[in-house]
Amino acid sequence: MTQEQKFEYLLRLGDNALILGQRLGEWCGHGPALEEDIALTNISLDLIGQARSILTYAGELEGKGRDEDKLAFFRDAHDFRNVLLVEQPNGHFGDTIARQFLYDHFAWLLFNELMQSSDEQVAAIAAKSIKEVTYHRRHSSEWIIRLGDGTEESHAKIQQSINDLWMYTGELYTPDALDEAAHAAGIAPDLTKLADYWHENVHGVLKQATLDIPEDGWMQKGGKQGIHSEHLGFMLAEMQHIPRAYPDAQW
Amino acid sequence: MEEQNMMQRFDDYVADNKKIEPKDWMPDAYRKTLIRQISQHAHSEIVGMLPEGNWITRAPSLKRKAILLAKVQDEAGHGLYLYSAAETLGVERDELLEELHDGRAKYSSIFNYPTINWADIGAIGWLVDGAAIMNQVPLCKCSYGPYARAMVRVCKEESFHQRQGFQIMLNMAKGTPEQKQMAQDALNRWWWPSLMMFGPTDANSPHSAQSMKWKIKLFSNDELRQRFIDMTVPQAEVLGLTIPDPDLKWNEERGHYDFGEINWDEFYNVIKGNGPCNKQRIETRRKAYDNGAWVREAAVAHAEKRAARRNETAAA
Repeated sequence: MTQEQKFEYLLRLGDNALILGQRLGEWCGHGPALEEDIALTNISLDLIGQARSILTYAGELEGKGRDEDKLAFFRDAHDFRNVLLVEQPNGHFGDTIARQFLYDHFAWLLFNELMQSSDEQVAAIAAKSIKEVTYHRRHSSEWIIRLGDGTEESHAKIQQSINDLWMYTGELYTPDALDEAAHAAGIAPDLTKLADYWHENVHGVLKQATLDIPEDGWMQKGGKQGIHSEHLGFMLAEMQHIPRAYPDAQW
Repeated sequence: MEEQNMMQRFDDYVADNKKIEPKDWMPDAYRKTLIRQISQHAHSEIVGMLPEGNWITRAPSLKRKAILLAKVQDEAGHGLYLYSAAETLGVERDELLEELHDGRAKYSSIFNYPTINWADIGAIGWLVDGAAIMNQVPLCKCSYGPYARAMVRVCKEESFHQRQGFQIMLNMAKGTPEQKQMAQDALNRWWWPSLMMFGPTDANSPHSAQSMKWKIKLFSNDELRQRFIDMTVPQAEVLGLTIPDPDLKWNEERGHYDFGEINWDEFYNVIKGNGPCNKQRIETRRKAYDNGAWVREAAVAHAEKRAARRNETAAA
């Protein structure tokens, strides 16, 4: 695997955390209860922390003097490598929880494997992050069960959220050439294997929540290659405008 | 025991600097005043999340974003302990929120001012949290146990917040000319509202004497305000920023800074609901609460179903 490919692979990891963290940050002050406001902000904070470690390392590997902030604030949408799922809008609380649940189950499997990465730095970041991801997965899974098994209204809402987001899940576990190269280099796991576990775990929670499991139909993809939904541009405009307006400033 | 004897015992107990705990007898007026004070404080924490939360998505570096997330999360945590402290006095959080949403309950007026540039996040930490610490440190020794204990933790976190705010101001004041201009602009807008956080002058503060006797207020509004000004002026000098008060001057004789007249007309108007963001803040809170109703109902319904299933299993 070339350094360039490795850099690109790291961007995928870092951008997933950054973009999802940014999305969750939008919830601050608007949660359905104070406890959930704290939980969503806390998860956002964990994800921003993961993004910082991964992007810092990516920048070092690239060797062009880009630090975490250069990578976060001075790339345009086509240079972002996050999956489409994480850039989907927050919607209502159920939409946010469904997005988080589908991602957390993937992230948990991935980070567990990344702890054995041949790249020591990646393994160390994964080892540090797994505790957080384990908590995130528990939090979102419990909410899926509460909402699925709660009232008629909550059941209908969360079922719709899961159905709507399902088409973004294939991209998580379907490898492309770069994922295969990362696996061959011992940096990353075989995604096809994770796919089975992901289905098993996600189905288990959905069943417990008395929800229907959507069919794996047509899947949207492109985020990992830099082809994003319309949403990302707006997110970046908001996130990046201050550093771009004052590029020489230190904050 | 007769009411009068109870009252005498209570007064002696408080005069002795002993803590009143939830199950102790207390006069109704003490309970009511505390509920009002603690719930106002709790509301201030959660309404206060909005002007800062505003900037989480726009923080100018990832480090600043992380620090701001942690800070606003702390504020939510303060809200949580304070609502819990109020609940020990026999009210429910939902009742208190209802009072906030329909305008019966107040919160600190400072949060009715807008955050319009990044330096405002610095100014809030430095000035607003700084003023809050001045008000709150004495409360760690107040007579009501749960409130006093909540304040110990709140104050520790607030002092971090104050330092991070000062750090933002320092970076900006020493930064590019545009950054310095933003910092000065933020100081211009936040200085006077921060002084108003200490409340009306002692002459116009009707509840103060009783609250001081009960030890749920330990220093007067004017004393605390003066202390805040004396502490903050040298900090502004370190920043190289100008405090927007032409009458601000060290008074050798008093050993304090003299300062100009506060615009009390503005103060009372913002309290009445005419501040720049009063409507917006309450509407945002109410919307969050209403939009979350189905989520809270689902959580309750699920918990009830689970308990029922557990009982069935136990009975079988």
